[in-house]
Amino acid sequence: MMHWIILPVVLPAMFAPFIILAARHHISIQRVISVVAVLALIAVAAGLAWQSSDGTVTLYQLSDWAAPFGIVLVGDRLSTMMILLTAVLALFVLLYAIGSGWDGRGRHFHALYQFQLMGIMGAFLTGDLFNLFVFFEVLLIASYGLMIHSGGNDRLRAGVQYVGFNLLGSTLFLFALGSIYAETGTLNMADLANRVALIDASETVGIRVAAVLLLLVFAIKAALVPLHFWLPSSYAEAPAPVAALFAIMTKVGAYAIIRVYTLIFPPDLEITSGLHGDWLLPAALVSVTFGAIGVLGARKLDRLVAFSVIGSMGMVMVPIALFTQTSITAALYYIVHSTFAAGALFLIADMVRSGRDGLALKPKPPVAGAALTAGLFFTAAIAMTGLPPLSGFLGKLLVLDAVFDSTAMAWTFAIVLASSLIGVVGFARAGSVVFWKAHSMPLAEDAEPQAPPSALSYVAVGGIVFMLVLHTVFAGPITRYTSAIAEQLFAPDAYMEMVLETPGKLSGASKSDKEAH
Amino acid sequence: MELLVASAIGILTAGGIYLTLRLRTFPVILGISLLTYAVNVFLFASGRLTVGAPPILTDATTYTDPLPQALVLTAIVISFGMTAVVLMIALGSFLGSNDDSVNDPIPLGDDSEEDAT
Repeated sequence: MMHWIILPVVLPAMFAPFIILAARHHISIQRVISVVAVLALIAVAAGLAWQSSDGTVTLYQLSDWAAPFGIVLVGDRLSTMMILLTAVLALFVLLYAIGSGWDGRGRHFHALYQFQLMGIMGAFLTGDLFNLFVFFEVLLIASYGLMIHSGGNDRLRAGVQYVGFNLLGSTLFLFALGSIYAETGTLNMADLANRVALIDASETVGIRVAAVLLLLVFAIKAALVPLHFWLPSSYAEAPAPVAALFAIMTKVGAYAIIRVYTLIFPPDLEITSGLHGDWLLPAALVSVTFGAIGVLGARKLDRLVAFSVIGSMGMVMVPIALFTQTSITAALYYIVHSTFAAGALFLIADMVRSGRDGLALKPKPPVAGAALTAGLFFTAAIAMTGLPPLSGFLGKLLVLDAVFDSTAMAWTFAIVLASSLIGVVGFARAGSVVFWKAHSMPLAEDAEPQAPPSALSYVAVGGIVFMLVLHTVFAGPITRYTSAIAEQLFAPDAYMEMVLETPGKLSGASKSDKEAH
Repeated sequence: MELLVASAIGILTAGGIYLTLRLRTFPVILGISLLTYAVNVFLFASGRLTVGAPPILTDATTYTDPLPQALVLTAIVISFGMTAVVLMIALGSFLGSNDDSVNDPIPLGDDSEEDAT
């Protein structure tokens, strides 16, 4: 059996305690180990993505117990693309954390960072709903530590809100899992898909409740309006590299929605018809609007970026809500774009903060290194708001193209285009106040010249922006690939066969037992 | 039996939701604990309620479903640890700012730097 697929979970799990035990007092050794760990993750993730690119589904049975009794990890095109995306984002964010010195402002940043990666990777790879819950908790408990990294009263208060809200989300997740288990007697995703299809049409109350509860849990993670209110304050108060890494955490929610509602509750399933299909699209459109209004109304740069994340997640959820092959293609393209754009903007906001008295959108003397920072902000803002030529524009074009034939076409077009315009105005206002108007402000007499952000910080942010450019230039091959992912998602037979038919420990024995009796 | 367990889950959940809607951290944490108790009993009951039967396959004809017991153990450990974490963060926040309200402070006006928009 191929053991490569468990490495994205095991590698960070081994490196993190090693960092704590062996290099607790040496920040430079911690940095080296952490970077090496993330580079190894990228290599493994790229290998797995290459392996599954031809449509192979890789299965890993923990302790060799066959599904549905044992826990399985499954690598198909979607999950390997997501782990590769996570690993690449993690590298640049880690470089920024090192370059800006954030990792030294509290203890155990690198260990928590590795645990966080372990949770995210596991959530993408697992083929079992309860195991998904466990990996959610792993990534959350690491994120609690990262969220309050380096302390401060505002950050701790935001941390309490964040932890409390996520604990409620976890409780809801357990309620959903309990009702699913009570209705079907299994929590393995492939097995669930089989059993849900067999449920009698007259006894659907329990499974419908469970499907909606599960959707609510994932919508909390994906920050879908009206379940978004934990996001602006947590993301704005979190340390910048942590907020940038959190850009992938909202995508975990989007990933879970795509996975569960194409595999277990597919759109043409009768017993759950009229549930997520009808409610997800309006909620996504409200998120898009809400994000744009928040961008225009924000009075601080970090809040502005947080609201743009909500709008961006709304744009991801609009095509997901349609659950067609073309729309999932567009959604996956937009997920990659939105992750990099949000990550870059959080880091740029931190570059501005490091040389400035607060992030309020008011004219202040120019920040150190303003020219380069402004250029990066300009590029990332173009990407985030969806102006040509960057990938935000292509992504929105794909989304609009996917909704063209649907009944909600008029509403979607109106809301997406109007909110993009509002977003452009909001970002333009913020950029001009922070970077242009600054030149008309006199420097205080006693102001000491601030050091510009370090070269490594610029390399990290530049790297993410470069990823956005690559995502634009290679939009053709990437959309062909996301379209192949969508094709695999809507033909789950190979996935289910791989998970359920592969024999494990004692499978052969029980068969020969039966034959012997 | 069913009535007893169902009403226990219901009352715990109702109390938990009421407490989490308060604006101070201590009631919120108590409410979250009540909710996790409720969900633990709920998970336990999701394998159907069977009295006095072993949770493994034996020669006996009745047995209780072992999986929810394993699930609920995991859930108990996780919720216990998480409650400890949130308690420590809340305590740190309270001791640091001498204020235990959950909401962001209300901005003083347009001129304040630390407004919460």
